[in-house]
Amino acid sequence: MIPLSWYLIFAAILFCVGLYGVLVRKNAIAILMGIELMLNSININLIAFWRYRSSDGIAGQAFAIIVFAVAAAEVAVGLALIISIYRRRSSVVADDMNMLKW
Amino acid sequence: MTAEQLIFIIVAAVTLVAGISVVTSRNLIHSALWLILTLFGVAIFYVLLDAGFFAVIQVIIYIGAIAILFIFAAMLTRRVMQDTGPQTNPNWWLGGLIALLLFAGIAFILINWQGFSSLAPELTNPSGRIIQLGLALVSPDQYVLPFELASVLLVAGMIGAIFVAGEKKQ
Repeated sequence: MIPLSWYLIFAAILFCVGLYGVLVRKNAIAILMGIELMLNSININLIAFWRYRSSDGIAGQAFAIIVFAVAAAEVAVGLALIISIYRRRSSVVADDMNMLKW
Repeated sequence: MTAEQLIFIIVAAVTLVAGISVVTSRNLIHSALWLILTLFGVAIFYVLLDAGFFAVIQVIIYIGAIAILFIFAAMLTRRVMQDTGPQTNPNWWLGGLIALLLFAGIAFILINWQGFSSLAPELTNPSGRIIQLGLALVSPDQYVLPFELASVLLVAGMIGAIFVAGEKKQ
């Protein structure tokens, strides 16, 4: 039997790796990949808590489904924005995306 | 050590190495391929957690759709910053420090929580889970409102992606 702590620690490490990628990478697509890692670790947490704490209910699974849908919408819009910016500025570096700054 | 624990440790090690490679490899295509391996590891965790349906939609949605979108985007923006210059910010150590501090904080809170090392209870009626989930997502007194909101969000995201990324006719 695997204790709940293993899943929680694993998800925490994966979340921190994703956070490191979001904070550190220059490439905007790589930043989105870090966000995907963070969302995945959150989903592991949701499913693990559902399995270990309230496996009679269904709330954890329903929440995880919503996280899936939000992740899909987020990555579609984010990559569309990056491709649009690349067309205008020929750059995918997050530091160069300062058109809204004044 | 049981077989389940052994599988967990192997999959966790592979997934973490792949996840670290996602955020550190220079070539964006390599990052995307490592991301696919990470997502596969997460799918195996769903199987270990008795949520096989989630493993299936993880493979279909994340690997089949999202990772392929990443590869497409990486190939469409290929020519810039391929191998020139550093791939990370100059103050990357600060990001690493923040991530380590966050992990220390999470671990501290978790270790002080009394349900930390609890074991899984016996799963009642495992084959009826998907029916229960499907009914819960469409029944008015459970989760029909978040479900409909998610569909509206997906439609809005689709229209927004087409509008933002599509060629404007002059």
